[in-house]
Amino acid sequence: MLAIFYMAAAVAVLAAMAVVFQRTPVYSALSLIVVLGALAVVYLLLDAPFIAMIQVIVYAGAIMVLFVLVIMLLNARPEEPTRGSRFAHWLGVPLLIVFLGEFSYLIFRRFPARAAPSAADASPEAIGHLLFRSYVLPFEVTSILIVVAILGAVVLAKKQL
Amino acid sequence: MLQDYIPVLVQLIAVVAVAGGILGASALVGKKRPTREKLSPYECGSVPVGNARERFSISFYLVGMLFILFDVEAVFLYPWAVVYKSLKWFGFIEMFVYIAILLAGYLYLWKKGALDWSR
Repeated sequence: MLAIFYMAAAVAVLAAMAVVFQRTPVYSALSLIVVLGALAVVYLLLDAPFIAMIQVIVYAGAIMVLFVLVIMLLNARPEEPTRGSRFAHWLGVPLLIVFLGEFSYLIFRRFPARAAPSAADASPEAIGHLLFRSYVLPFEVTSILIVVAILGAVVLAKKQL
Repeated sequence: MLQDYIPVLVQLIAVVAVAGGILGASALVGKKRPTREKLSPYECGSVPVGNARERFSISFYLVGMLFILFDVEAVFLYPWAVVYKSLKWFGFIEMFVYIAILLAGYLYLWKKGALDWSR
């Protein structure tokens, strides 16, 4: 199980680096799909199967469609590297190392390794009960939020209303 | 609980093995005699015209946006369907109201012609 976690984490980090280092925006978008898929596996390992599936359906599916469409809409070409400022070159890397050191020191100091707290029941049944017992009003308001988003999309995209 | 997902893992491994195997085998064994014709982009058999990097109609963007919104709607149906029996009529009415509000949004789209490709 830990092996699966490390595999998924490694895939996520490598694909995330690919997102940054790819010069062609569409390749970055494809790498982002891999990141989201690997994160879905991590969610699954954290006992959150519903979130894992939603991650695949909504993020890797729908949101990525929009990302790709935005790339097409902006007609993004492969990036051209800038000539790079000397300042960033000489100061950026040391500052990044200092930042990472500080960051990891704080994390290991403040959050010593321990077993993950026993996860709350995050099965679809539990979420359904929570949604329809305790959070009925927010659930209904969600539909109004979606309708507002529909209005916004139409207003932005239609030439004449 | 995680044991339930072993079939998914097995399928994932099978998919990677088959896809990697086919691509790898054809890369290793296959003959490569590229001609200009073979290297041209495949466009359902017709001769490609113009540059692919042109600006697309905003309609694609609108449809993509609407796809996300109704996808989010559908996401809420999963936890509802799982506990539907235990919620009895309450769940039915709640989901009815939810879908009805979204139906109003859908009718608005229809009326505005946002789903009409030619407009």
